[in-house]
Amino acid sequence: MSGVESTQQRTGRRLVNVAAVLGLLYLFAPIVVIVVFSFNKPLGKFNIVWQGFTLENWASPFSDQALTDALFVSLRVALISSVIAAVLGTMIALSLSRYRFKGSGAVNLFLVLPLTSPEVVLGSSLATLFLSRGVDFGYTTVIIAHVMFQISFVAVTVRARIRGFDWTLEQAAMDLGASPQRAFWRITFPLILPGILAAWLLSFALSIDDFIITFFNAGSLVTFPLQIFGASRVAIPPQINVLASMLLFLSIALMVGALLIESRRQRMIASGALKRKK
Amino acid sequence: MLVLAAGIVAVGAEWVTGNASLIVSAVMLVAVVTIIWTAFVGGLDTRRALAPYGLLKPGILWLSLFFLAPLWSMLQMSLSSKQNRFDFFPSFSWEWGNYTTAFSDYGAQFGRSFLYAAIATLFTLLIGYPLAYVIAFRGGKYKAVLLGLVAVPFFTSYLIRTLAWQNLLADSGPVMSVFNATGFTTVLEALGIITNGQIMNTPASVIGGLTYNFLPFMILPIYVSLEKIDVRLVDAAMDLYSSASAAFRRVVLPLSLPGVFAGSLLVFIPAAGDFVNAQFLGSPNTTMIGNVIQDQFLRQLNFPVASAMSFVLMAIITVSVLIYAKIMGTDDLV
Repeated sequence: MSGVESTQQRTGRRLVNVAAVLGLLYLFAPIVVIVVFSFNKPLGKFNIVWQGFTLENWASPFSDQALTDALFVSLRVALISSVIAAVLGTMIALSLSRYRFKGSGAVNLFLVLPLTSPEVVLGSSLATLFLSRGVDFGYTTVIIAHVMFQISFVAVTVRARIRGFDWTLEQAAMDLGASPQRAFWRITFPLILPGILAAWLLSFALSIDDFIITFFNAGSLVTFPLQIFGASRVAIPPQINVLASMLLFLSIALMVGALLIESRRQRMIASGALKRKK
Repeated sequence: MLVLAAGIVAVGAEWVTGNASLIVSAVMLVAVVTIIWTAFVGGLDTRRALAPYGLLKPGILWLSLFFLAPLWSMLQMSLSSKQNRFDFFPSFSWEWGNYTTAFSDYGAQFGRSFLYAAIATLFTLLIGYPLAYVIAFRGGKYKAVLLGLVAVPFFTSYLIRTLAWQNLLADSGPVMSVFNATGFTTVLEALGIITNGQIMNTPASVIGGLTYNFLPFMILPIYVSLEKIDVRLVDAAMDLYSSASAAFRRVVLPLSLPGVFAGSLLVFIPAAGDFVNAQFLGSPNTTMIGNVIQDQFLRQLNFPVASAMSFVLMAIITVSVLIYAKIMGTDDLV
C-alpha cells in the first residue's frame, strides 16, 4: 500500500482500532466481574454487591454440595454424549467429504437444520416426544438430547477440517498392499485426528454449558447450569464464581497448551521438511 | 436409506399404528436384509457404492429419531386438547384453538422477541465487525492469540456470564455509577432507555445481554470471510485512486457479506428463542416468547399451547431466514 497516509485516513484507522479495543473490553467486562466477585464476602444470600475481600470461597470451592454434585453430573453427561457425537458426526463428515453420492445435498441440509432451530423448539419438541412415549426423564434423555445437537456441530467442524484432504494417500497405501481398513486406520485417521479432537472438545464444551435444551429434558436430574438457574432465584453462593473461574483458567491453560503444542509441531514439520529437501 | 429412516420415524412417532406399523416394520426388515444381501453378493464395487450410506446411517438415524420425529410430535401436540380435566396428557383432536391462544394471548411476546433479536443482531454487527476486521487485517502474528481472546469469555458458563451482567448493571454497580457521575443518566432517561434511574429490568438490559451472549457468533464468521480476502485487491483499488473508505465500501464489504449473513443468522435465531437474558436481566414487561414457552410447558404443563407457540416460532424463523437468504442472494449457511 502507498506509504503516504492522509490525516483523515489515519484518524479512520485509529477509530477502527479503538472500536476493536472497546469491543474486546466489552467481551471481558463480565469475566472480570466473575473472577473479582469470587473473592467477595457477600452479606446476604446474593453475591451481587461488593462487600469486602476474602479468600474463604477459594479455600472451600466444593463446600456447596448441591453445586458440586451438579458439576459432576454435567461432566459425566458431557463426556458420554461428546464421545457418541464425535463418532457419529465424524462418520457423517467422512461420508460427505470422501464420497460423491445421491442425496448428499439433502443430508447437508438435514445437518444444518438443528443448527438453525432455536433451542426452545429443539428442547420442547424432544420433551413432547418423550412425554408422548412415556419415557422417564433423567440421564438417558439428557444424553440423547445432547448428542442430538452435538452431531451437527461435529459433522460440520470435522468436514471443514478435512476439506482438501488428499485421499490419494489412502490409495497409495492400498497400492502398497494395505487393506482398506488398515489404510484408513494407519494413514487417514491419524491425519484427521486433530480435527476430530477439536470437534470433540467443542461438543464437550457445548454439553457442559447447555441450559435450554437440558432444562426441558432433565426431569429431576440437575446439571451445573440447571443448579445455577435454580439457585439464582433463591441464593447465589460465591462458590459459583469460584467454580466458574476455575473452569475458565483450566480452559485457558488447555488452549495455551494446545497452541504451544501446535506451533511446536509446525516447527518440527517445517524443519523435517527442510532436512528432507537437502 | 432415507426411506428407511423415514420408516423408523413413522413407527417411532406413531404416525402409523396397529397393523400398518407391522407392515411398515416388515417392509423395513426386508429392505435391510436386501441391502446386506447385495453388499455381500455384489462384491467390492457394490460395497464401495454403499459405503457412504453405511457411514451416514447411525448419525442420520439419531437425528431422525430425536430431531425430526420430535417436530412431528410437537405438531401433533399443538393440535391436541385435554378431553376432560382429569387427563394429564392431551390427545389429538384438530384443536386449532391452541394457535389462536398463542397469538391472542402472547402476540406481544412474539413481537418483542423478534424486535429484541433484530436489535441485538444489529449491535453484534456494529461491535463485531471492527473487531473481526482488526484481527483479520492488522492482527499480524497475533491473529491466533487475538482470536483466542475473543473465545476466552465463552469458556465460562452462559448463565454465569449473564448473572455477571446483573452485577455490572445493578443500581449501585459500575455502569450506573458512571452514568450517574457523568449525568448520562438524564439523557438516557429522556430517551426512555433508563426508567426510574434503573437500567436493570428494562428492554435495554435484555437486549444488552442478548448482544453480549451471541457476539462471538457474529465475530467468527465475519473473521473467516475477511481472512479469505486477497489484500492485493485493496491495493489494486488504491492504485486506481480509490479512497480508503471507497475501497472498503466497494471491495472489502461486499466480499465479507457471506460472513455477515451467516453471523446474523447465528445471532438472530438463538436470540429470538432465548429466555435466559429476559429472565435474569428483564422484568415481567420484557418477557420473550422463550419465557412463555418454558412457563407453559414446564410450569403450567399446558403442552398444546407451548407446542403451538414453538411451532409458530420455528415457522416464522424459517420463513424469515428464507426471505433473508433471497435478499442477500446466498443459500450458503455454513
